[in-house]
Amino acid sequence: MTSQIEMSHTSGHPRIELRGITKIYPAVVANKDVSLTAMPGEIHAVLGENGAGKSTLMKMIYGVVKPDAGEMLWEGKLVTVANPAYARELGIGMVFQHFSLFETLTVVDNVALALPGKPELGELAQRIETVSQKYGLPVDPRRLVHSLSVGERQRVEIIRCLLVNPKLLIMDEPTSVLTPQAVRKLFETLRQLASEGCTILYISHKLDEIQELCTNATVLRGGQVTGHCDPRRETPASMARMMIGKDLPHPQHGAPKTGEPRLVLAGLNRESSDPFGTDLKDLQLTVHSGEIVGIAGVSGNGQQEMLAAISGEEPLAEKHPVLICGVEAGRMNAARRRELGMCFVPEERLGRGAVPRMSLADNALLTAHRRGFVKSGMIRFAEVKAFADTCIKDYNVKCAGSQSEAKSLSGGNLQKFIVGREIMQKPKVLVVAQPTWGVDVGAAAFIRQKIIDLRNEGVAILVLSEELDELFEISDRLVVIAKGRLSPAKPIKETNVEEIGVWMSGMWPDGGDPAHFSPASEGVKNAH
Amino acid sequence: MRIKLETRAEPSQLMGYLSPLLAAALTIVAGFILFSLLGKNPLQAFYTFFVHPIRDLNGVAELLLKASPLMLIAVGLACGYRANVWNIGAEGQLVLGAIFAGGVALHFYGSESKLVLPAMVIAGAIGGMLWAAIPALLRTRFNTNEILVSLMLVYVANLLLSWLVNGPWRDPEGFNFPQTKQFTESALYPALIAGTRLNVGFLISLAAVAAGYVFLNRSFKGFQMRVGGLADAAAKYAGFNANAMIWLGLLLGGGAAGIAGMGEVAGPIGQLLPSVSPGYGFAAIIVAFVGRLHPVGILLASLLMSLLYLGGEAAQMGLNLPSAMTGLFQGMLLFFLLGSDVFINYRIKLIRPLAAKPQMKEVTA
Repeated sequence: MTSQIEMSHTSGHPRIELRGITKIYPAVVANKDVSLTAMPGEIHAVLGENGAGKSTLMKMIYGVVKPDAGEMLWEGKLVTVANPAYARELGIGMVFQHFSLFETLTVVDNVALALPGKPELGELAQRIETVSQKYGLPVDPRRLVHSLSVGERQRVEIIRCLLVNPKLLIMDEPTSVLTPQAVRKLFETLRQLASEGCTILYISHKLDEIQELCTNATVLRGGQVTGHCDPRRETPASMARMMIGKDLPHPQHGAPKTGEPRLVLAGLNRESSDPFGTDLKDLQLTVHSGEIVGIAGVSGNGQQEMLAAISGEEPLAEKHPVLICGVEAGRMNAARRRELGMCFVPEERLGRGAVPRMSLADNALLTAHRRGFVKSGMIRFAEVKAFADTCIKDYNVKCAGSQSEAKSLSGGNLQKFIVGREIMQKPKVLVVAQPTWGVDVGAAAFIRQKIIDLRNEGVAILVLSEELDELFEISDRLVVIAKGRLSPAKPIKETNVEEIGVWMSGMWPDGGDPAHFSPASEGVKNAH
Repeated sequence: MRIKLETRAEPSQLMGYLSPLLAAALTIVAGFILFSLLGKNPLQAFYTFFVHPIRDLNGVAELLLKASPLMLIAVGLACGYRANVWNIGAEGQLVLGAIFAGGVALHFYGSESKLVLPAMVIAGAIGGMLWAAIPALLRTRFNTNEILVSLMLVYVANLLLSWLVNGPWRDPEGFNFPQTKQFTESALYPALIAGTRLNVGFLISLAAVAAGYVFLNRSFKGFQMRVGGLADAAAKYAGFNANAMIWLGLLLGGGAAGIAGMGEVAGPIGQLLPSVSPGYGFAAIIVAFVGRLHPVGILLASLLMSLLYLGGEAAQMGLNLPSAMTGLFQGMLLFFLLGSDVFINYRIKLIRPLAAKPQMKEVTA
C-alpha cells in the first residue's frame, strides 16, 4: 500500500472494499469471488481483457447490476447499492464507455437531467463553468451536445459526476475515444481529483496508460482476480502476463513491396444521411497492392460514412469517386464491389458481419458464396461446410462446430471467423474496420499477423482503427481522418504518435478550412 | 414467491417446436371451458367439433380439400415472412386470382380444350401477383407499409368481385342472383377420389409445399431472404438486393394466394360468387405461424386449421352454435401461440423473497 493512503482522510477505512463479489449470468460467470480494496485518494486500475468482467464489476458498484453473492463496504460500513440514485447519494460517480447524453439538448440540460430535483439552469451553468475551470475541463454549458467533439462529450460526463462532489469516480475505458493529447489532459484532471481525496477506479486494458497513471491495480481474468500489483513497479509485459496468462506475441513486419493502385478514392464527397453524422469532404486516398494503409482518427469523424461509401453498403450517386482495381465502382452495391475483388470486415460483427441467429456455415455462405457454393441457384451445403470448417480450424475459432450459431461465439472468436472468412476469399483489396476491437490480446496479435501475411502476398489493405498502437504496429502508411477530411498519407517511419495525435484534431499542414477545426483542436491547445 | 420472466441465454429450440403444441392444448382447454359455459356437454361438443367431421372417407376428403388452399397460401406467405415482408392481404390476392381464373373460364365458356384449366392456374397466379405487386411497388418506391397497403387492398378486391358478379359478369339466366354462370367441365379441377369433392388442387398444394421447402431451405435466394429477415444490416453488408427481396416475398405470397383462389372457383364453388373464400387468406397467416414458417409445419397446421373450419360447421348443425365458433377457435389458437412463443426467448423463474418473514396478504373472499 502506498504512503498517501495513511495520511489522507478520517478513520483509515478504505473508501470502498468489495468482498467475494459473484455475479452469474445464465450463460456466463461474469465475476467470481472478486475482492478489491481502494483507499481515499487512490487511482486504482481494474485491468483485464474484454470480457474479463471489469464492466460488470463496476456496474455492481454503481447499482446498475445486483451481485448474486458477496458484500460491499463503503467507508467501513456494509451497504447494499440497490440503484444508481443511491450510489450517487453515497458519492459514487461513473463515466460510462458509451456516453449517455441527449444530442439534441444543451450541455446544461443534460447535466440538469442527471441531478436530483429541478435545478435552476442559469445557476447550474455557472456551477458547470466553475467546475470546468477548476479541473481544466473547458466546455461551454450552452452548446448543443451534437456539436461537441467526443472528447468534449466526455468532459460533460465527467463534469456531471464532479458536480455532486464524488468520493469515488469510476472511469470505464475513458481513453478509447480520445487523442493522445486529450488523454494527457484527462490524466492531469484525474490526478488533481485524486490529490483532493477522491478515489478513482480506472478501467482499461491499455497497459502503458495504467503504468503512467495508477498506483495500484487489480487484474481480472475470466471473471476472477488473478493478481494485485503496483503498476509503477511492473512492466507492460509482466502485467500482460497477469492479464492473459501468457506472454504477448509480436507480429513480424517486413518492408512493403508495393505494386499498382488497387483502391482509389478520387474526391469522394458525401453528405451524411444522419443529421448528426459527418459529411465527407473531398477524400483522396490510394492503396497499392502489397501495402497496409492505416486510417487513424477519433471515432465519429466520418469513419462510418467513409466505410459505407467504400464497402458499397451506401452506394454513391456517381461512379468516379471510388475505384476498385481500376473499375469505377461508386454506384455499385456491396455484392458487385465484392465481385471486383474487394472484401470487407465491418466494425460490428453481430448483425452486420454475421447473422446472429444463423450457423457459422450459413455465415460463411453470406459473403463467400462466390467461391462456387451456389449451383443453379441451389446451395452446395457440403462445400460451404468444408469452407467453414477450414476457417474455424485455420483461425482457431473456439466454437462447437460449423453449426454453432454466430451469437453463441464470444466477440473475439466471431471476429476471427469473420476475418478468416474474408481473407480466405483471396481478396485483391481488403478493408478492415477495428480489426481487433474487443479481441483478447493473443487473438489480436494473431489477426494482425494474418493481415500482414496477406499484405506480403500483394493484397491492398486499408485498416481503420481507433487504437493508434495497432496502426503503428501494422501499417506501412498512415492517414488521419478528422471532421470528414483525410490528411495526406505519411510513411510510418517518418511520423510518430505525437504528430498523428495533432493531426487527429484536424490540424495537418494545409488542412484546409480552419473553421472546422475549432472544437476538436481545443484539447490540443489545452495540452500545451 | 414471485414469478419473473428471465431472458434465456439462447432462444430455446425445443420451445420453438413445443409452442404450437402447447397452443393447441391450451385452445382445447379454453374450448372445454367455453362449451361448458354455453351449457353443452364438453365431451360431446368436442366429439362433434373435432371427431365427427372426419369420421368417414368423405370427411377426410373435406379436411384435405379445405387444407389445400390454406397450406398453399401459407407456404407462399412464409417465403415473405422469413424476409420480414409482411403480406397480410393474401385474402385479396386470393380474390383477384379467382377473378382472373374466372375470367378465363368465362371467356372459354363451353370450350372442351384441356388447356383451359392450366390457363386458369396461370391467370390465377398472375391475378394474385398483380394485387401483391401494388404493395411491393409502393413499399420499394415510397417506403409505404406493406401491412397496411396489402390489408386495405383486401376490401378493394372484395368490392371488385362484388361489382363483377353484380354487373358485367352476372349470369343472365341466374334469376338476378349475383353470380356468374356455372363453369363447364373443362374449367373445373377433376376429382381425386370419386364421390368426394377432393380434387387435383390438393396435389398442386402439396407440390407447392415441396417447392417451398426447397426454396426456403436449399436455394440461395431463399437463404438471402432469411438473411434479410434476420439481420437487415448483414444483408446490406453482403450486398443482397433488399428491393428484390420485397418483390419476391410479395409476389410468391400473391401468386400462391391467386392459385388458391383459382382452386376455389375451379373446385368446390365452380363459379364466381360475391364471396369465394371463408377467410382462407387470413387463416393462412395463422397457419404459417403455427407451422413455424416451415413447410412441413405448415402442412400439419393447415390440417388443424381445416379441422377448425369443419368443426365450426358441425357445431352449427349439431350443437346449434353460431358460425363464429370457427373464428373464435382460430383466434384462440393464434392468441395462445403468441403467448407460448414468449417462452422461446424467456423462461419463468421463481424468486423466493429474500426477507425471512413471509409476505402475507389478507384476502377477503
